Amino acid sequence: MKQSERIAGNVASYIDDRTGAAGWAKKNLTKVFPDHWSFMLGEIALYSFVILLLSGTFLTFWFDPSQQEVVYNGAYAPLSHVSMSASYASTLHISFDVRGGLLMRQIHHWAALIFMAAIVVHLLRVFFTGAFRKPREANWLIGIGLLTLGIVEGFLGYSLPDDLLSGTGIRIAEAIIQAIPVVGSYLSFFAFGGAFPGHVFIPRIYIVHVLLLPGIFLALITVHLMLVWYQKHTQYPGPGRKETNVVGYPLMPVYMAKAGGFFFIVFGVTAFLGAVASINPIWLYGPYTPGQISAGSQPDWYMGWLDGLVRMAPPLETHAFGHTISWNILIPGLIIPGILFTGMALYPFIESWISGDNREHHLLDRPRNVPNRTALGAMSLSFMIISLANGGNDIIATHFHLTINGIMWFTRFGLFIVPPIVFIITKRICLSLQRADREIVLHGRETGRLVMTPEGEFIEVHEELSAEKKWTLTQHEQRPALTATAVDSNGTSSRAGLKGKLRARMSAANAEQIPAPTSAELQELEGGHH
Amino acid sequence: MRLNKFRRQKFAGPVLVVAALLTIGSAFSIASALPSAQKSEVSAQSTMVDEGKQIFLKGCSSCHGLNAEGGAVAPSLIGVGAAAVDFQVGTGRMPMADMSQQAMRKKPIYDAAQTAALAAYVASLAPGPAAVDPASLTWERDGNVAQGGELFRTNCAMCHNFAAQGGALTNGKYAPSLMGVEPQHIYEAMITGPQSMPKFSDKTITPAEKLSIIKWIKTAQSEPAIGGASLGRVGPVTEGLLVWTLGLGLLIGIAVWLATKAR
Amino acid sequence: MSNSISRFEDPGLPEHQHRKSDIDAIAANRAERQVAVLFLLSAIGTIGTIASYIFIDSKKFIYLPILGDTNAQQLALGTGLAASLFFIGIAAVHWAKTLMPDEEVIAERHEFRSSDEDRADFVTTVKERAGAAGLGRRSLIKRSMGIALGLIGLSPLVLLRDLGPLPKQQLFTTDWSAGVRLVTDPGDRPIKPSDLEVGAVAQVLPQLPAGTERTLENVGKDAVLLIRIRPEDFNLDAERLSWTHDGIIAFSKICSHMGCAVALYEQQTKHLLCPCHQSTFDVTRAAKVIFGPAARPLPQLALTLDADGYLVAKQGFTEPVGPSFWERNSA
Repeated sequence: MKQSERIAGNVASYIDDRTGAAGWAKKNLTKVFPDHWSFMLGEIALYSFVILLLSGTFLTFWFDPSQQEVVYNGAYAPLSHVSMSASYASTLHISFDVRGGLLMRQIHHWAALIFMAAIVVHLLRVFFTGAFRKPREANWLIGIGLLTLGIVEGFLGYSLPDDLLSGTGIRIAEAIIQAIPVVGSYLSFFAFGGAFPGHVFIPRIYIVHVLLLPGIFLALITVHLMLVWYQKHTQYPGPGRKETNVVGYPLMPVYMAKAGGFFFIVFGVTAFLGAVASINPIWLYGPYTPGQISAGSQPDWYMGWLDGLVRMAPPLETHAFGHTISWNILIPGLIIPGILFTGMALYPFIESWISGDNREHHLLDRPRNVPNRTALGAMSLSFMIISLANGGNDIIATHFHLTINGIMWFTRFGLFIVPPIVFIITKRICLSLQRADREIVLHGRETGRLVMTPEGEFIEVHEELSAEKKWTLTQHEQRPALTATAVDSNGTSSRAGLKGKLRARMSAANAEQIPAPTSAELQELEGGHH
Repeated sequence: MRLNKFRRQKFAGPVLVVAALLTIGSAFSIASALPSAQKSEVSAQSTMVDEGKQIFLKGCSSCHGLNAEGGAVAPSLIGVGAAAVDFQVGTGRMPMADMSQQAMRKKPIYDAAQTAALAAYVASLAPGPAAVDPASLTWERDGNVAQGGELFRTNCAMCHNFAAQGGALTNGKYAPSLMGVEPQHIYEAMITGPQSMPKFSDKTITPAEKLSIIKWIKTAQSEPAIGGASLGRVGPVTEGLLVWTLGLGLLIGIAVWLATKAR
Repeated sequence: MSNSISRFEDPGLPEHQHRKSDIDAIAANRAERQVAVLFLLSAIGTIGTIASYIFIDSKKFIYLPILGDTNAQQLALGTGLAASLFFIGIAAVHWAKTLMPDEEVIAERHEFRSSDEDRADFVTTVKERAGAAGLGRRSLIKRSMGIALGLIGLSPLVLLRDLGPLPKQQLFTTDWSAGVRLVTDPGDRPIKPSDLEVGAVAQVLPQLPAGTERTLENVGKDAVLLIRIRPEDFNLDAERLSWTHDGIIAFSKICSHMGCAVALYEQQTKHLLCPCHQSTFDVTRAAKVIFGPAARPLPQLALTLDADGYLVAKQGFTEPVGPSFWERNSA
């Protein structure tokens, strides 16, 4: 036995004596993980989170959240002798006096933007493939929670330097708090320790940003990953893949190497962005004061849709009995986001109610095979994109020679007109793709080769699909819609009430499918042909 | 024989089109340059004001009226002063090419002498702010860049953006980027308030403060890309775009490579 | 997942395709060399990072296409760090793809659901033990426990009371009152009407009593925009007209929508634009909202002259400035 093997053996024994880890480790080192690029989107988010922790910790060694007024006399000349808060001054110090400081600030901010983008594409993948179905509803809820907290965490993070742009964002957040009926002005004065801007808001959000929320993130992400580990990852349908198995590669060595390697890749790409692309140049924005504003003030992209909704809101305010309610703030700022996120959170339960499907699912759906869900997802995405576009309407206007007024009106109406159109078009596309699948299974792949028959007729040679491909295209289950009559376990049927009728209606729409071809149909056709 | 061989080449068509375009374009440039050559012949014989009046009648009166009294499409120039003319003509905004948009900075049509003549003519109509002599703008020596920054952020950034890159106004109007604008034009814009821009009187922003503003703008213009590519200095919109294109694009591309079976 | 009889059959996992490095030792060795090179590239990146930290002057700038003039040390540190991380990743992935076993493995899933026996046992256990604790029978315990647990959450909430003062009148008042002079921001210079030409705009703040420091909280309520137009261009009722002076009009700069500084003045249209959400206000009609989400016009400050001819406020604002709140009473 080699020296290194002996040492390793001693260490392993030491640990196993005290924890019994060998059994657990043996089982889990051989755990199988399906391999598909779309399963790595959540990993991008996870690794970005680690990058945020590491780069963020670095920044905390120099950042000072205090709002005490200081006079700047650091390296950046255009701000010398300017009065500013200590938080702004310490951020300037990090950017100009700490070697690698600006790099770390930029890595941290780019990682945050990538973190949110990765969460969104991961959410879209999970949604469109139906990975949220039983037994993964809890993981979906945790994911929505991570998305929401991520938006808050990012907002708090870029508000810490107290520059003109982020200070404007805090002003707007304060206006939302203040607009809450009955308790708004009290909540605002409690949050800000008095009138806006006050001296305590940034030190308070600092602790939320570096301690409270990261702690919650760690806990939620741990549960999120443990569930994936325990429930095993879903997989795409294909030859050899069943609801009852997992096909892929073992944790050791393949998945370890690929996933571990991908962490370094994500970190490397983020560091590259931090090196070559400037982000949040706070020295140009200047320190925050409520008397200043810049043209083209926007929040970071993941809040752009909120800004867009606020910009297009109609100027509705009600004054009654000595009180004001600002619907123009509450509707786009709190009510619509509340409805959207609640709807997103409840979706797995809504869909299983509509389809009547309460079974476990470990095989993913091909989006075309669930046209209703895919269309719903595309519709929601179009809603978000339109709001997001309006959030940048001034930048779009100057760069594409449009008007902010025109863009606002377009998005105001577009928000209601475009999503239903997107729904209809997406659903039709899905059904067409199903039809195309059906055709290609029954008639084979068009090879483009022309053959002349002895009779002088030209026909195109069709190549029959392989058994593997035929299986992949036809394995999906096509459940019938629920009917409006309920049949209970004793066989007694009753006419459903309003809820039942609604459910039946939605179930019928949900179940619209092109019937998948059967092998019997194929044989029939083959008998008819050559 | 050579010509036939050329004609048969695949690239013959495009080459001919390019040659034709170049020929027509050059001919047009030469032709359109001719009138100003004729103008400067005339100017040698007149006083500046008269010369200015001649230029005005030919190039400006169709919109601004024969006596600069203004009209349906252009304002009166009586009292705007030489400063306004030096700014508008010197930055190429006037003569205005496309009336549907606001006046855009473009290559000036009139040279310095002609611009001065026009300015002299308009100044002769009624008293107004004088054109600013670039030599008198001692912004580098006398301007305070930090004070200029504070003034800029309070008075200018709301239209021109925090880094003087420009910004949107209502209904398609915009405050232009201030990059590459001559100091005297910046000064003249502040005192004459061209088009949508308001005036900044010397008592509310003193001449010394105006110099500081110019110094800050010039400093920002020459400031290196400290953290890397500046992405336009327009804020989170372009940053978000970069993440969704280069950032995620690269990462997803690598993920596809990662999950693809090796050959 | 089984389908009905007439559906197609699952042909099972396709036959494994061997990679070049599986069958050809030369290809395998080449792959190994490639992985080694990639790891070494990472090492070079690390050395580069450390070297640039030590040897590159932090004030040096170099020109690069697309980037422009950029800080050399920041760029070198960043690309070195990026390379050191990136190539470890690429090496690991390339190693996995070319040399590690790539046969697909099948593992069986296990049902999560516990056996009926376990479930029954669980129910019995819970019932027995809850019964033993007396929860079912002893309702006095249940009710008093409910009261105790229900109340305990209140103390932490009460302890948060000192997070901030009560708003009281703070949202209703500013530092503007009768006789307070308008001064320039920045500069603190008082203003006479002759200082402002027609078409001009000025950022102003109230002159604070001598010795008082101006805070950001002051600015956040007091910031005012002073605009001069031709008096005949006003479209105001008699009272609001009396708040102007010879074409000079003043509005609160704090947007009535969400509090951004409404500082954008379009001289030709006489519109004020707030860049945050594009609320547009018409100066000639007392800052009436003509576009955008703002529901109320900007509060107007009544102006007059003092004995020395400087512009002063005739009175404070007649309504709260800034965004709306529940207790706000005026339309």
